[in-house]
Order: sequence, then structure tokens, then C-alpha cells
Amino acid sequence: MVDLTTRIGALTLQNPIMPASGTFSRDMAEVFELDMLGALVTKTITAEVRGGNPTPRVCEVDGGMLNSIGIPSKGLGAFLANELPAYAPYRAPLIVSVSAPSIDGFAEIVSQLNLPGIAGIEANISCPNIEEDGKAFAMRPDTTARVVEALRRETDLPLWVKLTPNTGETVEVAQAAEAARADALVVANTILSMAVDARTRRPKLGNLMGGLSGPAFKPIALRMAYQSVRSVDIPVIGCGGISTVEDVAEFLVVGACAVQVGTASFINPTAMPRLRDDLQGFLAEEGYASVSDFIGSIRDGAPGDAVRFMEAAP
Amino acid sequence: MLSPAQLEPSKERSIHEVVGTVVTHRDAASGYRLLELDVPQEALDCRPGQFFHILCPVDGQSQPFLRRPMSIFGYDRDAGRLSFLYKVSGIGTAALSGLDEGDRLNVVGPLGNGFTIPQNARHLVLVARGVGLATLAPLAQEARRLGLGLKAICSARSPEHLMSIDHFRALGAEVIPVTDSEGTSDPEQLRSLLDGLAEADEMDMIYTCGSNRLLKLCQQVGRDAGIPGEIALEQQMACAIGMCQCCVRPFRRGGAVVQERVCREGPVFDIQEAMEW
Repeated sequence: MVDLTTRIGALTLQNPIMPASGTFSRDMAEVFELDMLGALVTKTITAEVRGGNPTPRVCEVDGGMLNSIGIPSKGLGAFLANELPAYAPYRAPLIVSVSAPSIDGFAEIVSQLNLPGIAGIEANISCPNIEEDGKAFAMRPDTTARVVEALRRETDLPLWVKLTPNTGETVEVAQAAEAARADALVVANTILSMAVDARTRRPKLGNLMGGLSGPAFKPIALRMAYQSVRSVDIPVIGCGGISTVEDVAEFLVVGACAVQVGTASFINPTAMPRLRDDLQGFLAEEGYASVSDFIGSIRDGAPGDAVRFMEAAP
Repeated sequence: MLSPAQLEPSKERSIHEVVGTVVTHRDAASGYRLLELDVPQEALDCRPGQFFHILCPVDGQSQPFLRRPMSIFGYDRDAGRLSFLYKVSGIGTAALSGLDEGDRLNVVGPLGNGFTIPQNARHLVLVARGVGLATLAPLAQEARRLGLGLKAICSARSPEHLMSIDHFRALGAEVIPVTDSEGTSDPEQLRSLLDGLAEADEMDMIYTCGSNRLLKLCQQVGRDAGIPGEIALEQQMACAIGMCQCCVRPFRRGGAVVQERVCREGPVFDIQEAMEW
């Protein structure tokens, strides 16, 4: 058996497969045993109750989908009263994804999550839908630094910061998060996109624009994960369009130490357990005894800084 | 490609991703197709009103990305059979319509909450039009199993367009056809038909699907006669399991409007809480 255990800072995961926030809930226990996952990642919670965006909230495009769900949330109180206790029976570490419209709001919600049963925080500073003026914290290094510093003051839990592809400053944002003492980066959230019905001439999403996910987005997320790995020393968790074991392997090869699977679970609800098993088989075939030996094994000729800061196709 | 290794259904879990085999696939009423699959028994612990999430095949013409939710037209656990009645209306159903006997199809289900049949009910009434009748068909199957009477008011443009009436009759339902061409399907006529059933104490529960006009009518009849009812609703879905929050619809409850997921809290809802669309 190939050893699939992987480390993300202080956390050790039994395998590198976990859900992406927003594509997972306890409902999934009706499909497979949740404890087979490396970690459980909640849908983003907010302090306040939020209704979410108008429908239609999703539409399909070639090789992927757009969503503008809008972070509907029952609020922090409901999460603490109902969700957190319901996760208690699971052994897989629980990562709570949080968001807020301001730095103070972000710090406030994280300060209330230093609780038994929560193994880590994922700061969703990259959701393109709800930031005032449409700009997410993770679009710029200075706002990333300020919010991550504020969160770091409020918690000693492992703090993962989820980056956005909606920036021209991937490396600078990644380094700002690291400098503000994030424990890991999740790379990346969805990329702002649009689809229009050519016949009715109406936008296909109620919110007009939304985030692209699925296989069509994977090369962008992979490029960002690679740039991030090259520019920081903290662990990087790959996320974006991962559907097959080859996709998982690509992210691991560029140096991601774990992956999040999202849209693929909508197409195949059993995708995550199958990817875990397929990864075993893949690594055995490739002659690896452990996933940690495979992580970062890219044969890229060790280029220098140019790759890290590349923001345009050469 | 994902390996198919874990597609064997687990007996402990209620939602299954399984690969079925097409047994029958033929034209039904005008524009409708009947698809019958052979699927593992474990995936057939179904209740009327539930649905499956179907991975439409990718063909040379189109590549539907998301699954398509489809209500169950019929299920037979002992025979290992699951059927759907659908209308070709977009790239997903167009791709589906090209499946031949013997082809394989990946389906996820059964999903959602089905219809309730009150314990003391003796007479069930359903009223629907077009593909809405397909969603209600398993109620006739269940009514027969429970030894309850069921009247199916089947509405259509003309007698030639009436769907599923032979199917309902074969399941022991009393079919009441109403059509636009014969002038029997307008709201006033249906209202008096339903009021008559209520007065005769032949309607303990009313079910509908697929039409705003019928929803409004059933709400009025149900409210005036104090008869409970349910409606099966549709909404565009991504995951269909309750995770993605895309399939919400508004409902009236306790003086407020609440958003509920059609896939998880539904697709069957209290008829008085449903809102027109």
C-alpha cells in the first residue's frame, strides 16, 4: 500500500483528497463514508444570515460551470448550534470556511471559532461575489496582508487562506499571506466569468456574472498553484477543476501537498473516494511508496524567478 | 477518466451513483420519450415523487456538462427496473434521446423527499398536464399497493395529446381526461370537477405538478375544502444532493417567504406554501 498521508503544517491528513468549500455538506454522508476523506471543508459561513443571489445560480459552459450562489448562510449562531455538533462523530479534521465583508467582521467571526472540533480555518478572502465594489481582499497584496494579520491575531488554529484567480498579482498576494503568517494557501477559488443566452440575449446567471469552475478552469488553477509553490515556503493546497487522478497528480507534481475537489462531485458524487483509490493505484504504478515523495517532483529544469512572476503568456 | 471501481451501490447509504443499462427507449406521446433502465436493486428503494440525477451522454454533437434531474416515471425493485418519461427540450435531453438499447447510463439517486400519503386517506386525486403527469405516475403505483382509490385528472390540448392515461389505467387509477379542444380543461370546469369530488368525500389529498394554473387552482380548492395537497416542483440543479444551494425556490411559511432547496427539502412541497413562478 502506498502511504497517502500528507502534512499541511501542523495537520496530518490520512490522504490528500478533500472537498472544496461550497461543494460539500453532511448530505454527502448519504453517498459515501465521510471519514475516508483527508479533511472535511464546510461551506463558507458568515456571521450574519444571508439569503444568497437570485436564481438561476448556476449554468453550464463547455467543460465547466459558472456559479453565483452568493454565500447563503444561516449565520454563525446556527452553525455553532447545529452544524458543529453534527460533525463531532467524524474523525476527519474539520476545516471551517469563513467570510466577511470587512476586516473587523472577519476577525470577529474567526475569534469565535477557537473551539474543540474545529481543526482549522479556511479564510475565503477570494469569493468574487460579495465584496463591496466587487473587489475581493485576495485581489491585492495589501488588503490580503491586512486581513490575514487580523485573523492571525484571533486564532492559533491552522489558518488556510484561499486565493483568487481574479488578480494579476498571484505571487505578491501569496507572499503577502505568508508574511502575515498564514499556515497554508488554497489555490484557487473560481474565476469571474459570464455566459449569455444568444437567443434570449439574457445573461444566464441571475447575478449576471459568476465563477467558472470545472475542467475548463484547471490549467489556470494549476499555473497559480505552481507559481505559489515557487514563491512561498508554506504548504499549498491545489483546487480548481480536479476531476481525474491525472488532475490530482498534476497538482501534486507542481508541489501542492493536498487537493480540493469541487465541481467533479456534482458530476460524480463518488468522485472523491474514487480519486483516493485511483491515487493509490497511480502512485503504485509510478513506483512511489508514499505520496510525499511524489509531491513537488516536477521536471521543469528548475527555472528561476521568471516563472514565479510570470503574469502573461510569453 | 475516473475509475468505475466504486460504482457498486452500498447497502448502508441511501443515495447511489450507479450505471444502468438501457432496456427500452422509445417514443411515447408526441415529443416524449420513454426510457427504461436495468439498475442494481439497491438504487431502487424509491418513493413516489423522488428523482434521479442523470449523466447525459457526451456525443459528437454536444457535451452537456451538468447532470439533469429527472423525476421517476416508474420503478420496480424486484425486476430491477427504473423508467423515465421525458421531453426532448435541450442539449441534455437531446443527447439522452440518442441512447440505444444496451447502452449504459450513469444515474444518481433516488433523491429528494417524495409525496406523503396521509394515514387515514382513502381517496387520492392528482391533476396535471404534459410531463407533470410523469412525475405523478408513481403515486398510482403506490396507491394500488396500499389499496387506495386514485383519480387521475389528465389534462391536454386534445384527446390525441393525452399522456400516460393507459399507464394510469393499467395501475388501477380512474382516469378523468380533460382537454382544451373539448372545452373541459379550463379552470372553471376543473374547479367544479374538484369541488364535486370534495363534496362527495372522494378527495382526501390532492397532488399536482408542472403548471402554475393548476397550482393556483389546487391551492384554492384545497383551502376552501380544507383538503391537504402537495406539489412537485422543478428547478435547475447542479449537485442535486443539497450541497451547492443552487436550486432554491421561495415558499410562503409563517407569514414570511423562505428559500428552500428543491433537491433536498423537496422536490415535493406543501401546496399551500408553494409560490407561483
